[in-house]
Amino acid sequence: MDFPRGKVVAVMGGSGSGKTTVLRLIGGQISPQKGAVSVEDQIVHKLSTKDLYLLRRKMGMLFQHGALFTDLTVYENVAFPLREHTDLPEELIRDLVLIKLNAVGLRNAAKLKPGEISGGMARRVALARSIALDPQLIMYDEPFAGLDPISMGVTANLIRNLNDALGSTTILVSHDVKESFQIADYVYFLSQGKIVAHGTPADMMVSTDPYVKQFVHAESDGPVPFHYPGKSLAEDLGLGARK
Amino acid sequence: MMRRFLLSVGGGARDYVESIGFSFRTLATMLGLSPGLLRRPRLLVEQLHVIGNYSLLIIILSGLFVGMVLGLQGYYTLNKYGASESLGLLVALGLTRELGPVITALLFAGRAGTSLTAEIGLMKAGEQLSAMEMMAVNPIQRVLAPRFWAGVISVPLLTAMFSAVGILGGYLIGVGLIGVDEGAFWSQMQGGVDVWKDIFNGFVKSVVFGIAITYIALYQGYEAQPTPEDVSGATTRTVVISSLMIWWLDFMLTALMFSK
Repeated sequence: MDFPRGKVVAVMGGSGSGKTTVLRLIGGQISPQKGAVSVEDQIVHKLSTKDLYLLRRKMGMLFQHGALFTDLTVYENVAFPLREHTDLPEELIRDLVLIKLNAVGLRNAAKLKPGEISGGMARRVALARSIALDPQLIMYDEPFAGLDPISMGVTANLIRNLNDALGSTTILVSHDVKESFQIADYVYFLSQGKIVAHGTPADMMVSTDPYVKQFVHAESDGPVPFHYPGKSLAEDLGLGARK
Repeated sequence: MMRRFLLSVGGGARDYVESIGFSFRTLATMLGLSPGLLRRPRLLVEQLHVIGNYSLLIIILSGLFVGMVLGLQGYYTLNKYGASESLGLLVALGLTRELGPVITALLFAGRAGTSLTAEIGLMKAGEQLSAMEMMAVNPIQRVLAPRFWAGVISVPLLTAMFSAVGILGGYLIGVGLIGVDEGAFWSQMQGGVDVWKDIFNGFVKSVVFGIAITYIALYQGYEAQPTPEDVSGATTRTVVISSLMIWWLDFMLTALMFSK
């Protein structure tokens, strides 16, 4: 898999296909059993802890469930990476935090605690926090999950605009075909830890690959079974053919 | 059958040794990263407030009642031998040498230790520690180290408060209620309590207990699986392991400090 600089690359696939694992490998949270992950010509799993932390300063990651610090306010959550990694004066941090929160539409929620906002709002705050340091590589794990249609459209545009403004690389892990195809330059489809298809969103829309066709057009019949593999319902209910 | 049994015993032993090794490695990492706190003392002060200050009420109330009970029980026993004037000495020695450090440590494990385990465990379950790692902030340095040092500093201070209030409780019962001579109460205490042998040794015990309980609490939370059952199990383990550790350490330290 390649994630070129300045591009938005979507990684799509069903539940358990390995999308989040790709992000965790890139972030160095887990090591690959085979092969290697290279970021800026550095093999991630071979880096020392110090070098890994230096590399992570250039990354931003939006977690699937937000992962906001519950003891801090919305404002303090977004200010957290700025305070940890910069010596900026508090006035400047305040301005930067408010700009980021304004971008996700939550400037006026700055004083609230994560427990006082909805799940969708928490994800938007987490989004603001992940871009606080204007990272070179931004990874979004399901950024559209739980968002209302208005927030979803705004967030999709924000991801694209931010990528273009910073010239950074965006990896977008998502189930949401419409929003992802709208902003992605390239798409990878995963199934059971393997790449099953890849190409531009336009290619994928007209693809005849059974996996892509089933996923893009949300079809129930196809190579991806809805049911977890195992015995059939008839077998479990004892309705099989009698001997 | 036999092979399976041996494999299971071997696997269990290996896991146990591995977990001990990991806990010591985490402790060494935390101690190595602790000087970073000097640059950000605010993190430590915050935790001192949460861990130490919030434990103060239960410590003071418990100290008062333990001192009062010690005063009553001590008086009944000493009076049989016509030595009720030594009540102050008995209360002070009992508190500074044993009851102060041990009961404070047990209360601290129940009050602050469980809260530390639950907090760290829930932070892990909510991916907050992973998020911190991805923001290039080491959670061992940012989350564990300030809490550890706050615990290590708080326990001796709380122990001192417990013992002081306990002595006051003994005084209230012995002198105020029963009528033991006030001068004898304080002078026996002054003459019989040795600063190094009794107070300093009690202080050493409280520091050792503080290190043990706080680290057990933090490690249990840090190592808990991110599920409600395991976080709750880790909280229970904190109390059980800490309590047993306190008794064992108390015996070992007492044997070392007070043996002739």
